[in-house]
Amino acid sequence: MTVALKERTPRPRFADLSRQVNIGVAVFVVLYAAIAFRQPSYVEPAGVMNFLRRAAPLAILASGQLFVIVSGGFDLSVGSLVTLVVIGASMMTGGDPALTWGAIGALYAMGLAVGLLNGVAVAYLKVPSIIATLGMLLSVDGVAMMWSGGSPRGYLPENFRAFGRFVFRDVPGVGLLPLSVIVLAVVTLLAWWGLHGTVFGRRVFAVGDNPRAAELAGVRVDLTRIAAFILSALSAVTAGILLGGFAGVSTDVGHGLELQAIAACVIGGAQLMGGRGSVVGVVFGALSLFALFTLLNLVGLPQALRDTAQGLILIFAVASGAYRQRTGG
Amino acid sequence: MSLALPSASPRRRAASIPLLLFAGSVALYLAAALWTRSFNQLDIGGIVGLMQRMVALGTVALGQTFVILCASIDLSVASLISVGAVLASFIMRGDPAMMLPAVAAVLAVSAAVGIVNGFVIAKLEVSPLIATLGSGLVMQGVLSAKFTDFTGSVPPAFEAIAYGTLGPLPWSVLGLFGFALASSWLLRNTRFGAHLYAVGGNAAGARLAGIRTGQVTIAAHVLCSLFAGMTGLYLASRLRSGAPWIGRDGVYDLESIAVVVIGGTLLSGGRGGVWGTMAGVLLFAVIDAAFNMLGVPAFPKQVLRGAIVIAAVAVYSVRSRGHVA
Repeated sequence: MTVALKERTPRPRFADLSRQVNIGVAVFVVLYAAIAFRQPSYVEPAGVMNFLRRAAPLAILASGQLFVIVSGGFDLSVGSLVTLVVIGASMMTGGDPALTWGAIGALYAMGLAVGLLNGVAVAYLKVPSIIATLGMLLSVDGVAMMWSGGSPRGYLPENFRAFGRFVFRDVPGVGLLPLSVIVLAVVTLLAWWGLHGTVFGRRVFAVGDNPRAAELAGVRVDLTRIAAFILSALSAVTAGILLGGFAGVSTDVGHGLELQAIAACVIGGAQLMGGRGSVVGVVFGALSLFALFTLLNLVGLPQALRDTAQGLILIFAVASGAYRQRTGG
Repeated sequence: MSLALPSASPRRRAASIPLLLFAGSVALYLAAALWTRSFNQLDIGGIVGLMQRMVALGTVALGQTFVILCASIDLSVASLISVGAVLASFIMRGDPAMMLPAVAAVLAVSAAVGIVNGFVIAKLEVSPLIATLGSGLVMQGVLSAKFTDFTGSVPPAFEAIAYGTLGPLPWSVLGLFGFALASSWLLRNTRFGAHLYAVGGNAAGARLAGIRTGQVTIAAHVLCSLFAGMTGLYLASRLRSGAPWIGRDGVYDLESIAVVVIGGTLLSGGRGGVWGTMAGVLLFAVIDAAFNMLGVPAFPKQVLRGAIVIAAVAVYSVRSRGHVA
């Protein structure tokens, strides 16, 4: 019987997967080709690696967000959590390299707490996630401001910044290999395994698709939701640590990242309100978004029009997805 | 015809939440005023000040109520508020003769944004969250690319919107309550209102019953955008000029959704009403005022505010038996 199950399930899943990957990958290929056309250095290994290094935080954030979106919710608190991580790191270490590892542990503990609170508010208090995580966004932002006194000072120790900055040189095949790209690869693999390769992942899909049916089938809907929020928060901490390496300490490092992460999920073919999505698609969704920003920079458009382009591509991605669904694509 | 309006149960639910919220807000306000001995907050001036805190958020939230009732949502209001404020003060440039054209332009732009939002949601079937998030980004981007600071100014006559009074009551407060009454009438006594509840409650059913659901959704979005545009006009009048960040700084998108939900309107649509929203706005104003009286500094205030948003919704959502995501 297990054999029969194994044989039956992969096929529809693979079909789903390929259909979703197409949007994110296709958009990415087009945008990256446009970048390469303007700036040929982006096709060289060093250019690709540098691109991936800077896109890593968004991709990591998006793959965490995906768990919440597939389970049917939203996590709006991740942007403020990134800010809290960067500010918290500078306040806790005060530039002392010896404190780095302790600070990282404390940051992950904070992330765990934020994710847990989000999950509890949604699963037990039955607060819609959009409201619960919005409340969390306000609170976490407030904590970050309180902690820094409104004007962040101090700096991050060199070994903390290394996560975002360090580059392995003379790596066979690619030449340069930034540490953050390795982190991105590890996180992507873990997320892919977690969502597509484990029973937990199946439960997340089941909960997002139809929570009542999942419950009747014996899935602990509450625990699954809480776990999804915790994963999203932990990915935000990881993204924050990387961003701290190249963005520096300020109160708006995380500003707007939550919307970019959701946008990346949508471009990558994840379905809002749950039940559908793939890690590969979402990572390419994030890379597409970042490629778009890069392209706009290269073309010399004002920074502000980044938002406009992001808005247009977002609507276009979802509208084309809806159109394909209507026409039975 | 009005007999066929949504059955009694949503009404009863919608009636109890505003009253509870109202009573709770009043109690909180009294307690804060008495505790801190700020008795001047209890006289006419204090109460009027409290009501003035409600105007901006209240106006956006009225519009947000319409879209949420029909199971949509509008995240573009904050950007549209900025667009309205900047456009108004940019066109007026302190010239009283340009007041009418400026107001007309802002309302026209708002209506156009509402039509586009509604069209993308109803006809292109884009999730309302994404559609309005996208249109908000589009507007914010264009606005910030063109304007970087306070632009133009409004003539003194225009400042009357925010600062003029009729007896003890400011025009703006009267306007807010006028809009609330009109919205309530629209929802309860017109065919459009009945259709709005029907589309929000069960879109497929409404369509089968012969309601043109797309048009209802578009109309709700036009109303919402018009309210956001008027909020922009009010803020331009209060600040005497418009800047491209005033909507975003006020977090009007998320806060307007929060007060609508706190007021008992379901995010999934079909249930709720204007007075719940107004009570939610009152609660937010009272919390602000109470924090001021208690002298809570700005940052802890924000932390508490986030917790209160969650707690206020949890108070009644915790009893719901279904699943919430």
